[in-house]
Amino acid sequence: MLNASLKQLSALLAAQKISSTELTQIFLDRTNALNPQLNAFITLDEEKSLIRAKQADEMIASGRNTPLTGIPIAQKDIFCAQGWLTTCGSKMLSNFVSPYDATVVARLNQAGMVNLGKTNMDEFAMGSSNETSFYGPVRNPWDIAAVPGGSSGGSASAVAARMAPAATGTDTGGSIRQPAALCGISGIKPTYGLVSRYGMIAFASSLDQGGPMAKSAEDLALLLNAMVGFDERDSTSLQRKTEDYTGALAEPVNNLRVGLPREFFSQGLTADVARAIETAFAEYRKLGVTFVDISLPNSNLAIPVYYVLAPAEASSNLSRFDGVRYGYRAAEYRDLEDMYRKTRTQGFGAEVKRRILIGAYVLSHGYYDAYYLQAQKLRRLIANDFQEAFKQCDLIMGPTSPAVAFDIGEKNDDPIQMYLSDIYTSGVNLAGLPGMSIPVGFGEKNRPVGLHIIGNYFQESRMLNVAHAYQQVTDWHQREPAI
Amino acid sequence: MTLSIDDINRTAKLAQIETSEQEAQQTLKQLSAIFDLIAQMQQVDTTGVAPMSHAQDMVQRLREDQVIETDQRQLFQSIAPQVEAELYLVPKVIE
Repeated sequence: MLNASLKQLSALLAAQKISSTELTQIFLDRTNALNPQLNAFITLDEEKSLIRAKQADEMIASGRNTPLTGIPIAQKDIFCAQGWLTTCGSKMLSNFVSPYDATVVARLNQAGMVNLGKTNMDEFAMGSSNETSFYGPVRNPWDIAAVPGGSSGGSASAVAARMAPAATGTDTGGSIRQPAALCGISGIKPTYGLVSRYGMIAFASSLDQGGPMAKSAEDLALLLNAMVGFDERDSTSLQRKTEDYTGALAEPVNNLRVGLPREFFSQGLTADVARAIETAFAEYRKLGVTFVDISLPNSNLAIPVYYVLAPAEASSNLSRFDGVRYGYRAAEYRDLEDMYRKTRTQGFGAEVKRRILIGAYVLSHGYYDAYYLQAQKLRRLIANDFQEAFKQCDLIMGPTSPAVAFDIGEKNDDPIQMYLSDIYTSGVNLAGLPGMSIPVGFGEKNRPVGLHIIGNYFQESRMLNVAHAYQQVTDWHQREPAI
Repeated sequence: MTLSIDDINRTAKLAQIETSEQEAQQTLKQLSAIFDLIAQMQQVDTTGVAPMSHAQDMVQRLREDQVIETDQRQLFQSIAPQVEAELYLVPKVIE
């Protein structure tokens, strides 16, 4: 049951061979047993989850069920869920019980999914290892000495450890794909604008995008069907015709041309990851896929540009946390200014403060043109590179992360080394393209390796199709950690 | 471009964040390393390139001005640090 696909769970639930209440209890028991070790969840509330499960059972009994009704899903703690503590991994929101649902949460509720709990994450999604969380680091179920990646590390760890059959994540510079890779699961960041950002606590609004994390591409397709959709409450939500992301899963993939950016296979890529990726390419060749050499000449600028634009947007977004209307407020202060300052100084962790300062600096008088404007121009060049590349290929592939999961504590003192874990992923956010990661084997210390698949705008179905084809002939996505 | 301790203190003030002298020194070290990484950007000639502020070319949607949300003051204020007479309480600003 713990390793079943969403499709299998859906069939069992619809045939009433198992109730959602029973299924939810199975995953809650697993979670209660493993969470003390992995710290993947910040908040669990059995009673709330089981009420939702009972409602799902009623939906099924009265024939109002969707393909996802009754299936539990873990929610990243960046998504507001009514009546649930929603901390965003921060002390600043350590007492914030959300008065409303994020659109993503509302849509999944409507589909009949059961909220299993709120998953741990890097504070305000700023991090690549889940070590910046106020609630402590998450551990990687493949090796508890290793980080799970971040910022959606709790979601990735929960799915990998089979504590939840699915989870939500968000991706600003790689925060769905990198933890998915490091934990050996599948995850997709859709085209910017497809999944509503309403109720998803903002980090860098022009880059943030929610998406599903699960075991397989097929599971992701089912989840995307429920998550994607126009939302008038999000001013950047796209109005498009509804798409069935499961529709193209079984299409043949021969004749497909996949571009390999030479910049993704040069310096920094570790030999063990390169080997696993090459083996995956060999599998794809057997399926009839053709690989072509391409170039993304400005890809070396993705990290510098990202570390100007994302902190700039963050410094603006996080100015709302002032201790007035909700969240943490300092216990002692002299006057209003002092209250703001003490609240923010005590409420934010070191990495968040670092990024706020970078952002405030690059936006300040005298530096705006040299940093912010220049970064926006380079963002255009990075996005143009992808469009040039897609003239020669249907999809792009490469490693998701240059190395397998590192040890907890290994990169704590060196922000730059940490930032470089997102070297292949952040350009995709700058361009607003969809990107996904699927498990393709193991590297050093038997830690998972992820394959990065990048598509042009709205090519999610094609990406899921090519990932599914691989998962039909391999079983990496079904491997379970021995925990 | 070299950052100074004054830059750190001025920026921290703008961002309403307190830094002790020791923290400021540590921040200066870390931010300097990050700005060295960012400095690569300056080597690229971007004359004539239009800045890209957003991933999708879209215009702001407009709609009729109408009431769509009901009053939820009580609910929203139930999670506020300090409320009195339906108002958010903060320290006195004007003497």
